[in-house]
Amino acid sequence: MLVIGTRKGCFLMESDGERREWTTRGPFCEGWPVYHAIHDAESDTIYAAAASEWHGSAVWRSPDRGESWSLSSEGLSYGEDGPRLSKVSVVAAAHGRVLVGAETAGIFESKDGAETWSLLTRLEGQPGRGDWDVPENQPPGHLGLPAIIPDPVDASRLFAIVQGVGAFETTDDGATWTPRNRGLRADWPREHEELGFCVHRLEISPADRTRFYQQNHVGMHRSDDEGVTWTEITKGLPSEFGFAAAAHPHDRDSFYVIPLDPGHGRVMPDGHASVWRTSDAGSTWRRLDQGLPKRDAYVGVLRGALAIDHLDVPGLYFGTSTGQVFASNDEGESWSEIASYLPGISSVEVAVTD
Amino acid sequence: MADVHLPPTLPPLFAGLPRRLDVDAATVGEAIGDLEQRWPGLLDRLCEPGPKLRTHINVYVDQKRADLDTPLELRSRVDVVAAISGG
Repeated sequence: MLVIGTRKGCFLMESDGERREWTTRGPFCEGWPVYHAIHDAESDTIYAAAASEWHGSAVWRSPDRGESWSLSSEGLSYGEDGPRLSKVSVVAAAHGRVLVGAETAGIFESKDGAETWSLLTRLEGQPGRGDWDVPENQPPGHLGLPAIIPDPVDASRLFAIVQGVGAFETTDDGATWTPRNRGLRADWPREHEELGFCVHRLEISPADRTRFYQQNHVGMHRSDDEGVTWTEITKGLPSEFGFAAAAHPHDRDSFYVIPLDPGHGRVMPDGHASVWRTSDAGSTWRRLDQGLPKRDAYVGVLRGALAIDHLDVPGLYFGTSTGQVFASNDEGESWSEIASYLPGISSVEVAVTD
Repeated sequence: MADVHLPPTLPPLFAGLPRRLDVDAATVGEAIGDLEQRWPGLLDRLCEPGPKLRTHINVYVDQKRADLDTPLELRSRVDVVAAISGG
């Protein structure tokens, strides 16, 4: 099952193990913009982080794979005297709780299945923290805290990305945070040595959890020490810019990215839709485009919109900001368009269900 | 009782919430508070912390632009409008 967040609600796409024929259901969530949606295997519940221009931010949930939906935002606020919470940008579920990241930057947690929320952290104490909340530092489309990566074993360990600031790790459930940006490139002035980086997507290899990859605003990077130090691995890609990325579930050296034109276009270079794969930890890259449009495809793919399943021969899925979904059931070697006319896609997640 | 009219985007979010209903309240804020008691979470859909009306939620009392403090008469008509925008 694919859980797809779009500008006009959440959609579900389903297939069998062959992953060739797909059916689509939706839109759900009353057409609210859904920034990220997931299926939590532990509770068999779908959660969608959404923000209506009229009715504010909330997390939608479906306990029956899309048959029924409800929403709540109880506690999802910085309070009367706090900064404005414009949207919830990302949702994660692990160890019996649900977490959401927000703009302005902070993480909220729910221990009752997204019925009620409480503030877990605003990453206070980081150098220059006050500047993060200044509206001038929140340009259009700003997501605040667009990634939360829970450790699968240690419930108190999380990684998070703060947009335009960098990646962080906590090992005490958000009480303290350590920047994990050493060795990253930044082509702009920065006031603090370990902050001021633009991390778009952070991926941890399921095959070796010491191996990290990231797509940065400037370059692709790899870490072999759990994010403590980073090495750039951009060479061989058509662009240093991109949003989406995915780590192969069984091979620590294989990793996928979708390079885009830098600047404000942010679409496939030369209109040639492609996913790029490294199988040697970034030493070389190979274009995967069989079945993808090779010309006039000026489409974008946002940071949450590439997913990979964990089957023996993994399938890959990406959604475009113009509403197409492309799928591969052979590790990206060949692709087919499985949806053509969805609203603009913010996120794609895949769940293997019974 | 004020005659309260809600935007069509609101009832789908709360089971049993009608588009139009009578509310016994002295102000717009009290009327929304009454609805919050009956449909928990509704306040958050119309107001930001404060509370204050959300940016794109407008309220009219007897055809005049109102805010949360606007008093209601016995037979006031209250229109809660989601601003027409977007695409």
